[in-house]
Amino acid sequence: MIYNLYIFNPMGQCLYYGEWERSKAAAMSRDEEFKLVYGMLYSLKSFVSRITPAISDNFQCYETNKYKLSMYETPSGVKFVINTGLDWSSQAISEMLQSLYKEVRVY
Amino acid sequence: MIYSVYIINKAGGLIYDEDFSLNKYTEEHTWQEHPIPLVFTADTGRVLVKFGEIGAIKPGYSVIAVNKQPVSGTMGPVDIPIIDMINDPKSYPLTLTFGKGKVGANEKLMLASMFHSLFAIASKISPVDESSGIKQIQTEEFVLNCFQTITGVKFFVIVDHKQTATEPLLYRIYELYTDFVLKNPFYLIDMPIRCELFDQNLKKVIEQIERASAYSSATLT
Repeated sequence: MIYNLYIFNPMGQCLYYGEWERSKAAAMSRDEEFKLVYGMLYSLKSFVSRITPAISDNFQCYETNKYKLSMYETPSGVKFVINTGLDWSSQAISEMLQSLYKEVRVY
Repeated sequence: MIYSVYIINKAGGLIYDEDFSLNKYTEEHTWQEHPIPLVFTADTGRVLVKFGEIGAIKPGYSVIAVNKQPVSGTMGPVDIPIIDMINDPKSYPLTLTFGKGKVGANEKLMLASMFHSLFAIASKISPVDESSGIKQIQTEEFVLNCFQTITGVKFFVIVDHKQTATEPLLYRIYELYTDFVLKNPFYLIDMPIRCELFDQNLKKVIEQIERASAYSSATLT
């Protein structure tokens, strides 16, 4: 089950938003939601890099009891963020996001 | 391997934190003469490698021991700034040990509050109804598992990828919290936890689990 997909540029602007099975409407406008999601990811990346017991680290995904958010960040800073059901494996999602980056043109 | 345990109260403040098995990632190197082909910077109270790479030592590593004596901050074992020791040809041969460096107490407080907010936002941006907050964060190096009680207290642990059975661990820590913290008549709710029995029993549980997983990985090989 794939719920939705966001693609952000390195500046934080949302380049693309795709929705498939979303059952809960956001409690805010589209633009506000993009800003909230990007801000949350920025904070998550910072949190992970500071709390990690290793020297450097990258955030990959998080899970709640109902959905899983995975992120793939390219070296240039483009972020592919996808919300899926819990049945998807991290590996399958990461392969899917990488092939999205390879095959889909992002302007 | 269990790296750390954190407990956050319902307002988002950190009330307990403990690190175990820290400094798994250390590197030691001895230099016979000046200069060292690394650029150092004394920043935020630690001496960090800013540029240069030797073996596993890369930018981001901080100096945690000089001549095998642990240091904290930027001062060396005999009260000379580490940067001065590195730049002085007379200190050589010099042995430096590199590692991550401890996360400061203030930084931990801030990270706990950050997590509290991120936990809430995850539930808000959910595409599905009635989602909880973050239960698990996965990164390249660790997994963070979180359990929130009905009263809003959050327990989270940072473990490595090989660690299984983190849910039982979280429930066990919750049990210890109710037994040794909440039942302590001198403990004020939502305040930092300073209960010796809680610390002792938590250490025992962590050691038990580490031994159990070491045993199971030994029998598998």
